[in-house]
Order: sequence, then C-alpha cells, then structure tokens
Amino acid sequence: MSVVEWVASACFLLGCALTLVAAIGILRFPDLLARMHAGTKPQVLGLVLSMTGLGLSIGSSQVAWKLILVIVFQFMTAPVSAHMVGRAGYRTGKVREDLLEVDELTEDLERAKADETPG
Amino acid sequence: MSPVVMWAGGAMLAVAALLIVARIERGPSMLDRAIALDALVASLMGGLAMWSATTGRSDLVNVLVVLALVGFIGSVTLARFVAVEPEDEGRILTPEEVRIHDARLREALERERDRSAAGRDSAAQRAHPEGEQQ
Repeated sequence: MSVVEWVASACFLLGCALTLVAAIGILRFPDLLARMHAGTKPQVLGLVLSMTGLGLSIGSSQVAWKLILVIVFQFMTAPVSAHMVGRAGYRTGKVREDLLEVDELTEDLERAKADETPG
Repeated sequence: MSPVVMWAGGAMLAVAALLIVARIERGPSMLDRAIALDALVASLMGGLAMWSATTGRSDLVNVLVVLALVGFIGSVTLARFVAVEPEDEGRILTPEEVRIHDARLREALERERDRSAAGRDSAAQRAHPEGEQQ
C-alpha cells in the first residue's frame, strides 16, 4: 500500500472509532445536554476524518470539493439543530439542574424578572 | 483500501448504530430520540464513505452531500414542535399493559356493534310499524 492509502485507512479507522465513542456517549450519558455534547462534537470530528479518508483514497479534485461541501454543511447545520434542541429541552424541563456546574441562563432569566417587577 | 480496514471500521460503525438504536428505543423524551437520529444519520454517512472508498464509486459522494444537507431537518422540526410530555409517556408499554388496553378497545368495539345493530332494528320497526317482515 502507498503512503496515501495508509493515511486514508488511518483516517477511516479514527473516524469510525470516534463515531463509536459518540454512540457510547449517547447511550451512557445521564441527561439531554450531556447526550447532545456526545452526539455533536465527536460525531462531527469523526465525520470530518471519514471524509478526509474518502477524499484521499479517491483522489480526484472534483470529489474533494464535494467532500469539503459535506463538511461545510455539517458545520453549518450541527449548531442550528443543537441550538434548537437545547432551547426546547430547557423550556420543557429536560435539563437536570443537579448535574449543572454553571447555569447562566437561569441566573439571567431570574435577574431579568427581578429587574422587571418594580418598574 | 484493504478489506481489513473496511471490516474493522464497518464493525465499529455497526456497533455504534446498534447503541444509537438502543438509545432511540429507550430515550426518555423525543429530544433524546432526535439527537440520536442525528447521530444515526452521521454513522450512516460514515458507512457510505467507507463503502464508496472500498468500491471506488465516487457517485455515492452526492448522497453524502444530500444527507449532510437534510440530516438536521428532522431534529430541528421536532425541537420546534416539542411540548411538555408527561413523565410516563416516553416509554414502550409492557405486554401486560398492552393486553389491558386491547381488552378495553375490544369491549368498546363490541358495545358499538351491539348499539348499531339495535339501532338498525328500531329503524326497521319505525319504517314498518305493522311489523311486516322483509
């Protein structure tokens, strides 16, 4: 095997391992925000590594541009869905407060409410 | 790409997909299921990428682009329309509960059939008050 193929294989294996790690995190973590953390960050990195491996092993620039497009779309859509899911989870009470170290949103909401009441 | 890499990576992806499906089955709320579905689509994309690299089919890359574009719509839609669910609602019924539910449903159907049969009889009587038989 050539060097490029070795690198592509390493990228694929790393990407698959990261996907596996993300799946374990999604299954094992205790609440919605922790699962979102597992489901977005390692997942996206794993996907980027898989796309890199595919680009290296096919090795045409046309395909490489499409794969860059895939990665860009993933980077654009993952925060959107994470934002929507996190907000909906907070509003419907799916966030476990005892697991949070810092909860700035609740503090801010309370301060806003306290500012509003006298005036 | 060597088949060893393909099988090793494919096994990892398959295990990952199974774990994600377990979370979808369990997942206490719809939002948990939504993010698990996102992860399932991403692992599908990983599998497609590997298949494409093994067989050298570069046309599958278009499928990857489409999946990357539309994969997030499901979870965004779910998150937009999610409501506060009762604590007990997000699980699958046990066989015992299913049996009770079925029995209740069958009883209701039985009652409904009796009532409609009785209604037909009385309508026939109203139409032919002399009691002639048809």
